[in-house]
Amino acid sequence: LERFVNLTMNGLSQGSVYAAFALSLVLIWRATRVVNFAQGAMAIAAAFIDYTVMNATGSYWIGLAAAVISGALIGAIVEAGVMRWVSDAAPANAVIVAIGVTLVIQSILAFFYGSDFLGFETPFSTNAILVGNYALPSPFDIYTLIVVLAVVVGLAFLFGRTRVGLRLRASAFAPEVSRLLGVSVRRMRTLGWVLAAMVGGLVATVVIPVPKGLGLHPNALDNLFAFAFTSAVLGGLDSPQGAVVGGLLVGLTITYVTGYTPDGADIAQTAILVLLLATLLVRPGGLFSGVAARRV
Amino acid sequence: MTINQQPAPPVTDDRPRHAFEGEELGGPNVVRTGTTSPLQRFWSATSLGRSPGRSGSTLLRHVVAAGIIFFLLTAASANLDAYYNNQFAVLAATLCAALGLTVLIGFNGQLSLGHGAIMAIGAYTVTLIMKHYQDVSPTGDTTEGEFFLALGLAVLIAIAVGVIIGVAAARLRGPYLAGVTLGVALIVGSITAYWRDIFNGDQGLQFVPPPQPQLGPNFQMEQWQLWLAGGAVLVVFVLMANLSQSRIGRNFRAVRDDEIAAQLSGIHVARTQIIAFVVSSAVAGLSGGLLSFIYGGAQPSNYGLQLSLYLFLAIIVGGLGSLFGAVWGVALIVFVPLFIQAHVSDVFSNPDLQQRAAGNFPQLLFGALLVVIMILLPGGIQGLLFRVRRWSVSLFIRGGRR
Repeated sequence: LERFVNLTMNGLSQGSVYAAFALSLVLIWRATRVVNFAQGAMAIAAAFIDYTVMNATGSYWIGLAAAVISGALIGAIVEAGVMRWVSDAAPANAVIVAIGVTLVIQSILAFFYGSDFLGFETPFSTNAILVGNYALPSPFDIYTLIVVLAVVVGLAFLFGRTRVGLRLRASAFAPEVSRLLGVSVRRMRTLGWVLAAMVGGLVATVVIPVPKGLGLHPNALDNLFAFAFTSAVLGGLDSPQGAVVGGLLVGLTITYVTGYTPDGADIAQTAILVLLLATLLVRPGGLFSGVAARRV
Repeated sequence: MTINQQPAPPVTDDRPRHAFEGEELGGPNVVRTGTTSPLQRFWSATSLGRSPGRSGSTLLRHVVAAGIIFFLLTAASANLDAYYNNQFAVLAATLCAALGLTVLIGFNGQLSLGHGAIMAIGAYTVTLIMKHYQDVSPTGDTTEGEFFLALGLAVLIAIAVGVIIGVAAARLRGPYLAGVTLGVALIVGSITAYWRDIFNGDQGLQFVPPPQPQLGPNFQMEQWQLWLAGGAVLVVFVLMANLSQSRIGRNFRAVRDDEIAAQLSGIHVARTQIIAFVVSSAVAGLSGGLLSFIYGGAQPSNYGLQLSLYLFLAIIVGGLGSLFGAVWGVALIVFVPLFIQAHVSDVFSNPDLQQRAAGNFPQLLFGALLVVIMILLPGGIQGLLFRVRRWSVSLFIRGGRR
């Protein structure tokens, strides 16, 4: 039981990261009907800027601010510079272009920083607090959780309570009508990308230092993207709440598989693919969808 | 020049600009002039200016062309040094998979980012079987017969896996399908690490390829590799070209362009999509098997996400509308890195920087190319060639009308 509790705690804290990253995917999906396959690369670019600024200034927090700001910039550049010009005649086009963007970003990073894993300091201890045989989350886990919660609450507030959020939702659901009512749909699309890239950059800064394998590397977030995509799909791609639940489910699946099977860490990735496939085949609209209508 | 009275119907292109522009046959880029000037008959006879009403056996035409190319290939391979023979063999083997992927993505409209994994299945099947033969053989040698048997089994297993993924893929669309196939591409390392008793994890497996046949004193292993891979890719090319012009190929395109219309015309959409996936998986398995022969083994890093993505971008950069697009694309992904590797020292003096540039500039270039082509030139390189041809044809034939 101790093991189960520990694994569950662990899974929830990992899952919260996937949830936050999945949220950034959902954000872009809702704003532009594009699954951003470049999200991982954009986030890792922000993390590298964080790393550079942090080394230059010696302050974790200035680095964090740099990650969020540069994330926003990257989002704006990618959307206005590239994604806006993609024809939406076939839904796959945006995916293909996003993969191109990924390749470009990753190769630039690898050229300047090399392909070794770089260490990434955190202001918080990553050692778990032990109470008897139960491992409580480490201070860093708690910090991660706070960041993720802040993201979730912040986005919920933005979308639910502010005029900008209303415009964002309006231009996603009914672009023509919003345009008639004076909403700049184009600007809202860019804003959606900016927000998502900020979230992505922020999440990258909390996921990179986790000592469980990740480090700073141009391709470090490839798997995170796959996990976050699975989380978002589990939740139905369209629903922020769904993305959070999906993220937690994915986190739990990974830790249970890792914890309960020998050499489980190797097979966890395959387990997630199976989970994704099973979800899509049984409930293609995600766990929270009503009757799904396929768009033709 | 004969001037015909009958005006040519205008070549209309009212389809949306998307990735499938630049269709080889029956598409908007085909010159459909209702005239029969001598020059045009020449164009259609040489298959350069393919018109819908051409006569003769498609199969025969393709087989004859493939035979001629194979003859030229074998002649050329004798004059190339071992290194280039080897590189062209890699190109030919990779091209097998790219042709299949062109059929799947270009003709059938199903995205797959995971074909590197299917190549890995082919490669590991051949490697494991050959290792088995190597272990049971008293001399530790393997024979060609054993290799061909292994290659056949690799294709069969790839087909079986293709059926499984294809059944799932037939129910998925757009970004969902892309996400699942991306997951498939990502798990090669996961599976080889988990069953490391069989696959030996990151190190991979090696085997001793069967010796080349004795075809003369100077016949080298690398030449034999090129013959094998080149022969295989020509067979695949002929098969794919015929398939795409057959009823099945028409069904592929019908499903791609409009699923509901295809369904109303009596086409079984899901079955058609599964067939396309299986066909492309089969040749991807073949491709992997050939590569394992060329490399003398299989390693997960050879078949990781990068291969899957490069394969994917090769056919898009080359042009999805035509099998020839895959040729340009694969040539690009095989030779551009070599070219950059050879020339980095001209730009950078620092060896560390040289190495990084050689490792990353190809990817940078490909990524940028992918973006630019998708936005500005959806037909890819082959689409550009079609346009140039259409332009030059119209210059010759219609230029004299006025």
